[in-house]
Amino acid sequence: MSTPYAKLPAWADYGLIPLINLSVAFIVAGFVVMLVGENPFRAAVILVEGAFGKGTGIAFTLFYATTFIFTGLSVAVAAHCSLFNIGTEGQAYIGGLGIALVCLSFDSVLPWWAIFPMAIVAAAVFGAAWGFIPAYLQAKRGSHIVITTIMFNFIAASVMVYLLVGALKPAGSQAPQTRNFLPGAELPKLNWIIELFGAKIRSAPLNICFLLALVMAFLVWLLIWRTKLGYEMRTYGHSPKAARYAGISETRIILTAMMISGALAGMMALNPVMGDQHNVAIDFVSGAGYVGIAVALMGRLHPVGIVLAAILFGMLYQGGAELAFEMPAISRDMIVIIQGLVILFAGALEHMFRPYIQALFASFSPKSVGMQAVNGKGA
Amino acid sequence: MDVFNAIVQVLDSTIRLSVPLLLACLAGLYSERAGIFDIGLEGKMLVGAFAGAAAASVFHSALIGLGMAILISVAFAMVHGFASITHRGNQIVSGVAINFVAAGSTIILGQAWFQQGGRTPALQPGERFEAIVWPGAEAVRDVPILGPIYAELISGHSILVYFAFAMVPFTWWVLFRTRFGLRMRAVGENPAAVDTAGISVAWLRYRALICTGVLTGVAGAYLSMVQNGGFVKDMTAGKGYIALAALIFAKWKPVNAMFACLLFGFLDAAAIRLQGSPLPIIGKVPVQFMQALPYVLTVILLAGFIGKAIPPRAGGVPYVKER
Repeated sequence: MSTPYAKLPAWADYGLIPLINLSVAFIVAGFVVMLVGENPFRAAVILVEGAFGKGTGIAFTLFYATTFIFTGLSVAVAAHCSLFNIGTEGQAYIGGLGIALVCLSFDSVLPWWAIFPMAIVAAAVFGAAWGFIPAYLQAKRGSHIVITTIMFNFIAASVMVYLLVGALKPAGSQAPQTRNFLPGAELPKLNWIIELFGAKIRSAPLNICFLLALVMAFLVWLLIWRTKLGYEMRTYGHSPKAARYAGISETRIILTAMMISGALAGMMALNPVMGDQHNVAIDFVSGAGYVGIAVALMGRLHPVGIVLAAILFGMLYQGGAELAFEMPAISRDMIVIIQGLVILFAGALEHMFRPYIQALFASFSPKSVGMQAVNGKGA
Repeated sequence: MDVFNAIVQVLDSTIRLSVPLLLACLAGLYSERAGIFDIGLEGKMLVGAFAGAAAASVFHSALIGLGMAILISVAFAMVHGFASITHRGNQIVSGVAINFVAAGSTIILGQAWFQQGGRTPALQPGERFEAIVWPGAEAVRDVPILGPIYAELISGHSILVYFAFAMVPFTWWVLFRTRFGLRMRAVGENPAAVDTAGISVAWLRYRALICTGVLTGVAGAYLSMVQNGGFVKDMTAGKGYIALAALIFAKWKPVNAMFACLLFGFLDAAAIRLQGSPLPIIGKVPVQFMQALPYVLTVILLAGFIGKAIPPRAGGVPYVKER
């Protein structure tokens, strides 16, 4: 997407501006905390301590971060192709269905290391399939991907509720969820890594999906910036016309991008389902798909940024839970506000402060913003 | 006769359930016709519902509640305008942001101010909009066929219901018979032409968003002050998105919008009515199927299998003046 703004040095573009946007989002969130009648600085201290103060806190933070890395990558891959995939939520939900089918079939006969690859594939395939339909409708029938993916989130919710109160529910049970998986479908924990550093951990759900998420982040980087397909996706994202002119098939690129995006979204389900809950329950995604939008925007669609943003949101989730204990007026829903503000300031209002920063840079050194210093006057 | 009464009851709840959809759908119509996509209908309805119920119970006045609902909802619409018109941000992203801020802040503030787990206090009589009984409604109730229709369907709704249905011809008139409407449609199709004519694109779009805010505010007030008698967290429950679907289904036309909303409202009413009880011929229909039907229908329509839905041409594209 071309911006009607002049260039800034890279560190300002990728570091300074996101930082300013993020700070503004948190300052506004601080005002909300004040409106509730609490001290925002104390809230911030509790939040950070809750997230990183103890070993258990760190493990929980990274557990949540794992989920958000997947959804963030999912949103980002589609966004590089200028497709706004709001359907990450639904794709992850359906991905859970794939995992449930694999785990329920094999958990009594196979060990986890045999089930895990199958579950990864199932989650990816189911997620990709749920992303495929909106992509096909966009590419072939011209229906707007944003609207169709929103609709598909609701359809996914209906399908899953239907299955979880019906076919997937064990006989005689009231709760709308599958039976608990046997140990064969439980993923090993990673808590020992944090314990290496001497911190003690009491039952935290951090598991090997975290490593899978990091691998996926690397693969996404490889895909987007080091392969032909990624190049074509970015070309299409910048200018569909140019892509068409270069002989890139519109249909193929939209379908591929959305299916990769859906697959990543589906894999997100591995983390809560196999790593923590050991069953598939109603609404287990609980908004993580939407957090992915915030994470992707904040990470500026780059895997490194996404991992960092995901850890930040993991911190907000874990710290937010602690915050709810300490300050009864503030529940975890505070995170939803912060998430919204981050999306607003880092996404929709991303260029708000840009002109001022440009003016600032221009006044220091005109060359840094690509302006010629004419007779000593900088622009 | 039992069947007839059942039908009248389902139609009655159809009207009640389609009113918030209709108001939100018309709200979306104003902004989308002006070229601003608005995913934030859901969030604006939610803050409207919260502000309405909160103000009504604090000030003991339904009218003050309605006023606050509209005010706060318009304020959120202006944030959307500030991001997407003034700063030319991505309209979808801004709408998503508004939905999150609305969802979170209504719960947090509700809990902090009223300490009832995110609810507002139950509204007392006088703090909510009561049903208006039309003259002679009770007298004719026993007249076969026409009696129940008059007494149940036409009479006995709150003022906001009649307002919602009155907004349909009014919106049509504004859109197709006034100068503002003509310019608004033009700015959604070809903002450059409007600009060339010396009319401010930004100001026009802001005005369209004010209309959106007013209507989502009323929609929210209806939810919390008529349908429910108090605010409950996440009470919009996706209605904003169904309204969006209805808007597409209606091809961005006011009268169609009414029928689309009535259809979706009817599906909802039928789903509630049929819960668990089998239908003749088809047998038992899963509730979830009925709930998913509006979305499925919209997807099918969008795919061009039932006519073609063509959005306003400049929708979603921020306007940049050429230099």
